[in-house]
Amino acid sequence: MLTSVSAIRHVPSLPMTNDPTAVEMVGVNKWYGTFHVLKNIDLTIQRGEKLVICGPSGSGKSTMIRCINRLEEHQQGRIVVDGIELTGDLKKINEIRRDVGMVFQHFNLFPHLTVLENLTLAPIWVRKMRRKEAEQVAMHYLDRVKIPDQAHKCPGQLSGGQQQRVAIARSLCMSPKIMLFDEPTSALDPEMVKEVLDTMVSLAEEGMTMLCVSHEMGFARQVADRVVFMDQGEIVEINTPAEFFSSPHHERSKLFLAQILH
Amino acid sequence: MAMSLPMSSEATPGHFRFIGLRRLAKLLFGTPLNAALTLLFGALLVVTVPPMLRWLVIDAVLFDPDPNACRAATGACWSFIYAKSGQLLFGIYPFDERWRPAIVCLLILALLGWSVRPASWTSRLLALWVAAFALIFWLMGGGFGLAEVPTSSWGGLPVTLILTVVAIGIAFPVGILLALARRSTLPAVRVGAVVLIESVRGLPLLSILFVASIMMPLFLPEALLPDKFVRALVALTIFAAAYLAEVIRGGLQAIPNGQYEAAAALGLPFWHTQRLVILPQAIRVVIPALANTIIVMIKNTSLVLVIGLFDLISSGKAALADPEWPSPAAETFLFIGAIFFALSFSFARFADFLERRGPAAH
Ligand SMILES: Nc1ncnc2c1ncn2[C@@H]1O[C@H](COP(=O)(O)OP(=O)(O)OP(=O)(O)O)[C@@H](O)[C@H]1O
Ligand SMILES: [Mg+2]
Repeated sequence: MLTSVSAIRHVPSLPMTNDPTAVEMVGVNKWYGTFHVLKNIDLTIQRGEKLVICGPSGSGKSTMIRCINRLEEHQQGRIVVDGIELTGDLKKINEIRRDVGMVFQHFNLFPHLTVLENLTLAPIWVRKMRRKEAEQVAMHYLDRVKIPDQAHKCPGQLSGGQQQRVAIARSLCMSPKIMLFDEPTSALDPEMVKEVLDTMVSLAEEGMTMLCVSHEMGFARQVADRVVFMDQGEIVEINTPAEFFSSPHHERSKLFLAQILH
Repeated sequence: MAMSLPMSSEATPGHFRFIGLRRLAKLLFGTPLNAALTLLFGALLVVTVPPMLRWLVIDAVLFDPDPNACRAATGACWSFIYAKSGQLLFGIYPFDERWRPAIVCLLILALLGWSVRPASWTSRLLALWVAAFALIFWLMGGGFGLAEVPTSSWGGLPVTLILTVVAIGIAFPVGILLALARRSTLPAVRVGAVVLIESVRGLPLLSILFVASIMMPLFLPEALLPDKFVRALVALTIFAAAYLAEVIRGGLQAIPNGQYEAAAALGLPFWHTQRLVILPQAIRVVIPALANTIIVMIKNTSLVLVIGLFDLISSGKAALADPEWPSPAAETFLFIGAIFFALSFSFARFADFLERRGPAAH
């Protein structure tokens, strides 16, 4: 199915493990009832790599990245995340989820908790961190997403862009090895898109392994090592951003780009 | 009336009062319909209030301890309440031991008062209640140096308070579990919850109490049969739990899927997700309905009288049976009603407070 595979960028091996593979998907298939939503997905993501996934609505982008932290279950094939294969084993699933951060289109902050409590909840209850320490970590990341002064507000009192940055900080507080983003800017007003993308760019520059479902071409050009184009549940093309946006190899890619570029 | 007007610096008090009166007049007589309603209610007040006051206060016997004073009087017999307060509050509990239920009532009320402060909502509070109830059952029942008093001799306010607090205190967590069970993906768990909830909701509380008090002795051997008081407590608890479960389930349904997904993506296990993320939001949504159910339950406790337990209302009826006194039923039930009202109204205020506090909804 793959018409083009770019050269994989060299990634410096991280000290914690020798395995340079962050995520490996082999022959993954998924159905919703009779609807075949993911078809023979093969994808290997190296540590430190940044992938941007794009494709028409309903092509299975969300479903694919949600399989990586088991928010969706795949029915066929193998998914290995950080050396752990995803099976029905709940303990392993939670182990993977601890190390894989996810940012949603609609933020999904906890509205009954303050920003600080949103950030410290999982470190305290999942990582068993002491409250003091968790709050220090939280303030560090709030600082990084440039909203330390909002720590004691409730999510409902923040703008969309601020809420999404809180959501990113909430994931970072768990010190994830991999970050998944599912259209993190598409629910935002245009003037707030930049502040969220800037946060993501700086995260990318620090070497985070990132999978972003996004149609932000500027962002893709700036940080992506590879662009993955999906259509009708298949990976149609994997290419460098420069080549994908200027001279895509596949007809369906051209059609899609024509639609989002006009 | 006048208070709703904005205070301007020039407004003298007289000017102010004048405007107030003008407004009031307009409010009461502004339209023909308003004028007619004002006259109607005015007439109603003139007809009803003076006789009511006469009965309640002017012609009433307030403190005279002689029953004959009440026979002679045309007003209310408050001295009966006063003279019989011990029996009204503690029922047929042995006279010389009444200090025990008195302490129990004070203890429960004090603990309730303590528990409404958000500052005291720690895990220690639960331990405090458990310890308090060990003490309460010892004080009421005796043993270990105190004269034994069987539950059949308990009565009055302590019975009402114990039944209310224990039944609701246990029914609340059980209701949460039932609500979660009913939404479970495991068919056996879900079906179990549905069967329990629907059968309890399908039966009147009276019949559940009869099952607990009359039918259970028929098929359980004496040695295994719990005390009648405990059986009534269990019946009330199950009944309350089924209703609370449905209210809480309503709240659970209001929580968007994204909340579960966000918690899952952070690696929070099921029970942590429920306790820290889902339930706090779900319960806040349904506070008014929960308060409603709980207030109904406070008053439902008085139904235990049908199986021969002496709650406040039965104590009132027993006190009225004293041949020395005329039987001032209205006064007695006003008094008991006032106690129920105080309990229910306090709880309603507490629920209102809970609803207002906490972060603004999104
Ligand atoms: N729970 C579900 N049950 C049945 N079908 C589903 C379910 N979730 C998604 N689908 C279907 O699967 C397909 C892929 O959905 P998915 O959300 O992965 O698409 P997407 O590429 O993320 O689209 P979008 O750009 O609109 O977010 C869609 O056709 C959708 O209707
Ligand atoms: Mg999607």
